[in-house]
Amino acid sequence: MIRALALFLLLAALPARAETVVAGLSLDEIGITARFDGSEVLIYGAVRRDAPEPDGPPLQVIVTLEGPAGAVTIRKKSREAGIWINTEQVGVAATPSYYAVASTGPLADILDPAEDVRQRISVPLAVRAFSGPLEVADARPFTEALLRIREAEGLYSLSEGSVVLVEGTLFRADFRLPANLVEGDYKTRIFLLRGGIVIDAHRAALPVHKVGIERTIFMLSRQNPLVYGLLSLFIAVVAGWAASAAFRFLRS
Amino acid sequence: MLIYLPIAEVAVNALLLLGLGGVVGVLSGLFGVGGGFLITPLLFFIGIPPGVAVATGSNQVVASSVSGVLAHLKRKAVDIPMGLVLLVGGVAGAGAGIFAFNYLQALGQIDLVVQLSYVLFLGLIGLLMAQEGVRAWRRTRRPGGPRAKRHQHHWVHNLPLKMKFRASGLYISVIPPVAVGFIVGVLAAIMGVGGGFIMVPAMIYILGMPTKVVIGTSLFQVIFVSAFTTMAHALTNQSVDVVLALLLIVGGVVGAQIGTRLSGRLKAEQLRILLAALVLAVAAKLALDLLLTPAELYSLHATVLR
Repeated sequence: MIRALALFLLLAALPARAETVVAGLSLDEIGITARFDGSEVLIYGAVRRDAPEPDGPPLQVIVTLEGPAGAVTIRKKSREAGIWINTEQVGVAATPSYYAVASTGPLADILDPAEDVRQRISVPLAVRAFSGPLEVADARPFTEALLRIREAEGLYSLSEGSVVLVEGTLFRADFRLPANLVEGDYKTRIFLLRGGIVIDAHRAALPVHKVGIERTIFMLSRQNPLVYGLLSLFIAVVAGWAASAAFRFLRS
Repeated sequence: MLIYLPIAEVAVNALLLLGLGGVVGVLSGLFGVGGGFLITPLLFFIGIPPGVAVATGSNQVVASSVSGVLAHLKRKAVDIPMGLVLLVGGVAGAGAGIFAFNYLQALGQIDLVVQLSYVLFLGLIGLLMAQEGVRAWRRTRRPGGPRAKRHQHHWVHNLPLKMKFRASGLYISVIPPVAVGFIVGVLAAIMGVGGGFIMVPAMIYILGMPTKVVIGTSLFQVIFVSAFTTMAHALTNQSVDVVLALLLIVGGVVGAQIGTRLSGRLKAEQLRILLAALVLAVAAKLALDLLLTPAELYSLHATVLR
C-alpha cells in the first residue's frame, strides 16, 4: 500500500507532457461505389498545451496514411536469346498497398533519422518494416523498384510542406486517395515533433469498403462462385440472344 | 463517365468499354472470331489486371458468339454435328489449358508464354491468310487462271472412325476435328481467347470445310468452350468481373449484329486480307514488346490478401 502510494506520488511528480495532439478525420469511412473515382480525405487537429508554448525549435507535424498490407512478388526481366523474360524474383510477405506522408517541412530537417527508424515514418522505412527476410542476397534493387513503381502509380507518396500549421496550434493535411484502392482498414498517424524528436503521436482508423451493388457482386463472387459464374453466363447468353432478336425485329 | 469495377477494383470510363466492346463485336460478326485475341490485350492496355481481363474476356466472347451464331443458324450456316465433335476436343483442351495456365502463373512466366503464343500463332496465321487472300484476289482479277482443287485427298481422309458431316459435305474421320478442337482449347485457355482466329483457318485448311459453314460452326463451338473457361475462372480464381463483362457485352452484341450484316455484303477475299492485316498488326505489336528493351525492368504482382 505504501509502496503503491509512493509510486503514485513519483509519477505525479514527473512533468506532464507539455503538448498533446487532438485530431479528427473528415470522413468516418470510405464507401466504394460504382461511381467511385478516388476520394479526398482531410485529417485535421489541434495541439493542446497545459503550459505556454516552449521556446526552442518550432513545432512540426507529420501525418501518415497507410493502407492494408498485402504480399507482392517483384520480378525482374533480363534479355535471354534476344527476348525479354522474367528471370529473377523476390517475394515480399507484406507491404502496404498505400502509404502517404505529409509534413510541415522537409523530413530531412524536421525528423531525426534515429526517430524515423523507431517510428518508421518515411516511405522507404515504412515499406521495408513489413518486408522481413528476403530470398535474394542483393534484394536492394528489388525493393527500390517496388518503391519506384508504386510511387509512379501514386500509391506511395511524400508531400513535404503540405501540412499547414496555423498559429502553432491548428493543422490540416489533405490526402488524395486513388480510385484503385484496396479495401480494408486504413491507418492514420499524426506526429508532433520538436527538434526532430516525436513529442506526441495519435492514431486513428479509416475503414474503406465496397458498398451497395458492388459489395453484393463482390461477395457473391467469393462466397458462391458457382452461382456467380452461372449468372455471368446467363447474362451473356440473354444479352446475345436479345441483341439478335432486336435486330431481327428492326429489320422486319 | 467513370465506373468502378467491383472485381477488377479499378475505375474505368464506361463509354470506353462500350466502344471497345462494339468494335470487337463488329469484328466478331465479320470474321467469326470471338474477338478475344483483341479484347484481352486491349483490356491489359487500359489497366485491367491480366487475370480479370482473361476471365472477363471469355465471358464477353460467350455473348458475342451467341449473338453471332443465331444469325448464322437462320441462314443454316452452322454444321452442328461438326461443332459438337470439335467441342469434345475443345473442352478437354480448355481443361488442360487452365491447368497449364495456373502452373505457369505460379512460375511467373505466364505473360511470356501468352505473348509468345500470340506472336507465333497470329504471325503464322496472318501470313497464311494474307497469302491466300492475295492469291484469291488476283484470281478474281485475272479470270481463267489456274483454280485450286476443291477436294484434296490427303492423310486426313485415311484415318478411321469416319463420320458424315452433311452441312459441310464431308465424310471424314472424327480424329482430326477432335485434335483441332483440343489444340485450340488449350491455346484458348492459355491465351484468354475464344480461339476462333485459329479455329477458322484450321477448319478451312486442315479439315477442308466449305467457307460458308466455317464461321457459324466456329462461333457455335466457341460459345461452349468460352462458357467452360468462364466457369473455370469463376470457380478457381474468382476473376470474372460481371460489370466489366456487361459493358463489353452491350457494346459487343450490337457490334456483332452489324458485323454479321456487313459480312453478307463484303467479298470473301477482301475480308480475308482485312483480317490478315489485323492479325499481323497485333502480332507485330506483341513481338516488339518482347524484343525492345522495356522502360521498367521490374514488375509487381500483388497477391490479394483477404
